[in-house]
Amino acid sequence: MTDTEGLTKKFGDLTAVDNLTLHVNDGEVFGFLGPNGAGKTTTVRMLCCLISKTSGTARIGNYEVGNSADQQKIRRMIGLLTENVGLYEELSAYDNLDFYGRFYKLDEQKRKEQIEYLLKMLGLWEKRNIPAGTFSKGMKQKLAIARALIHDPRVLFLDEPTASLDPEAAKTVRDFILELKKEKRTIFLNTHLLDEAEKICDRVAILKTRLIATGTPQELRRSLSGRKIKVQLQRVDDLIVEAVKRIGFQISEVTNNSLLIDVNDPEKENPAILKAIEAAGGHVQFITEFGSSLEDVYLKLVKG
Amino acid sequence: MDLQSAWAIAAKDFKIFKRKSQVIYITIVFPLIIGIALPLITQYALNNAKNRLVGGLGITGLMDAFSIFFLVGAAIIPTAIASYSLVGEKVQKSLEPLLATPMTDGEILLGKTISGLVVPLAAIYASSAIYMSLMDLVTHSKLGYLYYPNWHIGAILLVAPFICLLSVELNIIISSRLNDVRSAQQTGMLLSGFPFIILYLATEFGLFTLTDTNLIILAGVILAIDVVVFFVSRAAFQREEILTKWK
Repeated sequence: MTDTEGLTKKFGDLTAVDNLTLHVNDGEVFGFLGPNGAGKTTTVRMLCCLISKTSGTARIGNYEVGNSADQQKIRRMIGLLTENVGLYEELSAYDNLDFYGRFYKLDEQKRKEQIEYLLKMLGLWEKRNIPAGTFSKGMKQKLAIARALIHDPRVLFLDEPTASLDPEAAKTVRDFILELKKEKRTIFLNTHLLDEAEKICDRVAILKTRLIATGTPQELRRSLSGRKIKVQLQRVDDLIVEAVKRIGFQISEVTNNSLLIDVNDPEKENPAILKAIEAAGGHVQFITEFGSSLEDVYLKLVKG
Repeated sequence: MDLQSAWAIAAKDFKIFKRKSQVIYITIVFPLIIGIALPLITQYALNNAKNRLVGGLGITGLMDAFSIFFLVGAAIIPTAIASYSLVGEKVQKSLEPLLATPMTDGEILLGKTISGLVVPLAAIYASSAIYMSLMDLVTHSKLGYLYYPNWHIGAILLVAPFICLLSVELNIIISSRLNDVRSAQQTGMLLSGFPFIILYLATEFGLFTLTDTNLIILAGVILAIDVVVFFVSRAAFQREEILTKWK
């Protein structure tokens, strides 16, 4: 369990993170969304005990961020993928991981096993003796993820894991994060990519120095626009529109023989709507739930 | 303090140094110049009896002046190597992942200090062994005795680690301000090497004599500066400082 309460970080007069209160459950994949300078990386750095907090509290598991006695214990239980991969390019993939494994008191046999497991899982085992500097961006990113996992941490922080990767490499990394999700680790994901957040995260927080919104991607979409259904008809006429309004529903838009209708609970309300439309002589072709994308929500909240 | 973690950092740096041609170049060229070239110059000077180089100082004076090169090396070589160790990490952006490990700032700093000290000291002691052997070979017939080893070179080789340490600590401070390995090397060489080059020239021109007493005073002064610079470098090497203030 990771909790923050009024977590704040100031650099001189600049407030980078302002009064952040969060609760993240074990095994949850939690996304931080926000524009550049929103405080995502600063939040992660505070939680990883890399920089101090100005005020507020934060806890990871039973340990308190900012308590000097707990700093090393927190660093021992977390893994961090930094925004820049920061590999030792002259060293081989194996040596990069072996170097980090030593700081977590893994004995030689355990290091060997863990390195083999991770490199095989990421498809890098055959290239284990090649200097990391010769790797493609995607391979470097995978190796950096392996480095963050070398000590099998229960809490993982991934800062922009697919930034600057080509679509294929980004997909590989994303798929790997989805695999990690199955292992019930707590994962914090900093990303600009809303599609990525929607696919991977159980819940997201939209940050702009302050916490603007938090919830599941679905909850955030609904919080902005409510739930809507789109009813596609053969032909729309005034009788059909009136029939829907008469049973108490608001029509947001009529376009191309389709109706966009505001609903609260489509599973329960759709049959009544269908019945009213058919009674007014309408022929329904299909119904889909229609909502704002996470991108719409994000843009509205961040700009608004 | 976990010495194993500190040593792991130093061992990693040694692996990287092996792939850096400039580091190899410095650690090989210095012993060659000091250990072989200086005895050859002495041999040349002895073969030309009227040579002013020998005339002014005498053979032993010349050898004592030459031995100051070990102090110059102790100041310069760590700068070249520590720049790769620290600015290299900055350039590769590998410091943040390292700082996210359970190691303390002190353990990381110790690891970096070890890696900045070991190679230069190995180069200096190796070159001194070559230098003393060849100098004895060259001068034995003129002097009628083996000049080396003696207390003077012994004192110089005892002062050398303090100078190396000073150079590494200065480099840590320089690394917090610079982002380019060459600039860090040049600045470090200027700051730590220049005073010893002046010392050498002063000795060469007879303005100063590096007696054993003067060497002890010099060691004391450098040790005092080491302590002051250690606290400054320790203050510069803090996680938060590195992540938020290092350029």
